[in-house]
Amino acid sequence: MSAALLTLADSRLPAGGHTHSGGVEQGIEAGLVHDPRSLATFLHRRLVTAGAVAAGLAAAACGAAGDRGALDALDAEADARTPSPALRAASRQQGRGLVRVGRRAWPTLDWDALPPTPHHAVALGVAAAVAGLTARDAASAAAYLSVSGPATAAQRLLAMDPLTVAAVTARLSSEIDAVAGTSAAPQGHGGHVGPLPAAADPLLDLLAEVHAVRNDRFFAS
Amino acid sequence: MPPHFTIDDYVDAEPRSRHSADGEPGPLRVGLGGPVGSGKTALAAALCRTLGAEYDLAVVTNDIYTTEDADFLRRNAVLPDDRIEAVQTGCCPHTAIRDDITANLDAVELLEARHPGLELVLVESGGDNLTASFSYGLVDVQIFVVDVAGGDKVPRKGGPGVTASDLLVVNKTDLAPLVGADLDVMRRDSALVRGEKPTLLISLREDPAATRVAEWVREQIRARALQEA
Repeated sequence: MSAALLTLADSRLPAGGHTHSGGVEQGIEAGLVHDPRSLATFLHRRLVTAGAVAAGLAAAACGAAGDRGALDALDAEADARTPSPALRAASRQQGRGLVRVGRRAWPTLDWDALPPTPHHAVALGVAAAVAGLTARDAASAAAYLSVSGPATAAQRLLAMDPLTVAAVTARLSSEIDAVAGTSAAPQGHGGHVGPLPAAADPLLDLLAEVHAVRNDRFFAS
Repeated sequence: MPPHFTIDDYVDAEPRSRHSADGEPGPLRVGLGGPVGSGKTALAAALCRTLGAEYDLAVVTNDIYTTEDADFLRRNAVLPDDRIEAVQTGCCPHTAIRDDITANLDAVELLEARHPGLELVLVESGGDNLTASFSYGLVDVQIFVVDVAGGDKVPRKGGPGVTASDLLVVNKTDLAPLVGADLDVMRRDSALVRGEKPTLLISLREDPAATRVAEWVREQIRARALQEA
């Protein structure tokens, strides 16, 4: 465990995450999220789908830091796993934000090997690498962030008890670790990148698209 | 800290750069903050009308809902659509201008890329409370707008917006007799908590051009040009 990992997973890292709800805002509108139990269900579902995909991409990008061709390929893999244009835009917006703060925190030419507005998971992998972290660390950060941001958004939108929301997130710890471990595993064999996680969730895609055309939303996604 | 490190290893030695690749200084970024209903959008619109012919300018709006203020600016035909960007603040307008300015930086950079000759960007915050203030990572100078109808005790109550803003604007002076507010008290208390920093008491209803605020903005642009020279 490194303090750099805590920094990357800290919701106070000014990378723009606080303006995204990870589908929770539309999930609430659709009646899917309304109390701690439904929030936990939503977060778990997000973790094992979008979270697993992000964790796999982040782990792979960590191993590919500085390699423009490999990072471009991973960015394309991220597109392939993100059919919703709204979610692609949200991911790239957050990737750009992470690169902005990452460049200042850990100045290195490795950032230049990334596309200008990379997917968040790809940027996160590179951030982990330049901060001296492992692929497994990158996966942990990605898996954790896949639930921590949406949890905070739900708390704000539903005026939920923050202690309850913290408890829900805390109790997901072992599942977060499991997803991170499984997703990062393909990078473990002599640097060879195996198949990346490709779990899909049409519900999240749909929620994001409906959300994007609303005029009365608080969150960017 | 480890003995082979100096404090310089922990700080960003490079100041925040506003220069584009060809060395041109970026536009002056002016933050407009203040409580709900104090007249931030009206002031932004007034500045656009008054300064729009003199400077290449654009506006970023931060609203509770996405586009209320941006729509107001468009409806009033103050600026063309491509010079207004609206930012979603995730239920937290305060965070978006101070603690995590990412979304606003994205919007400013988008406007700068779209209009390479940009000279002035107004960043209007979502209505917040007296503790709201802009990060100087986002803006060069900030104007805090309060109004007479909120009570003449507002300047005395202070808060970072009132005490530390580069310009304090007390709007709606025309309402003072109607709400029993004493403008002299507001003027005196402002001077007390703000020291040398300027305060302007105005009425956008009586002066829709915001003449004196616009003149203050011109001074900031001139000062910045001198700094760059």
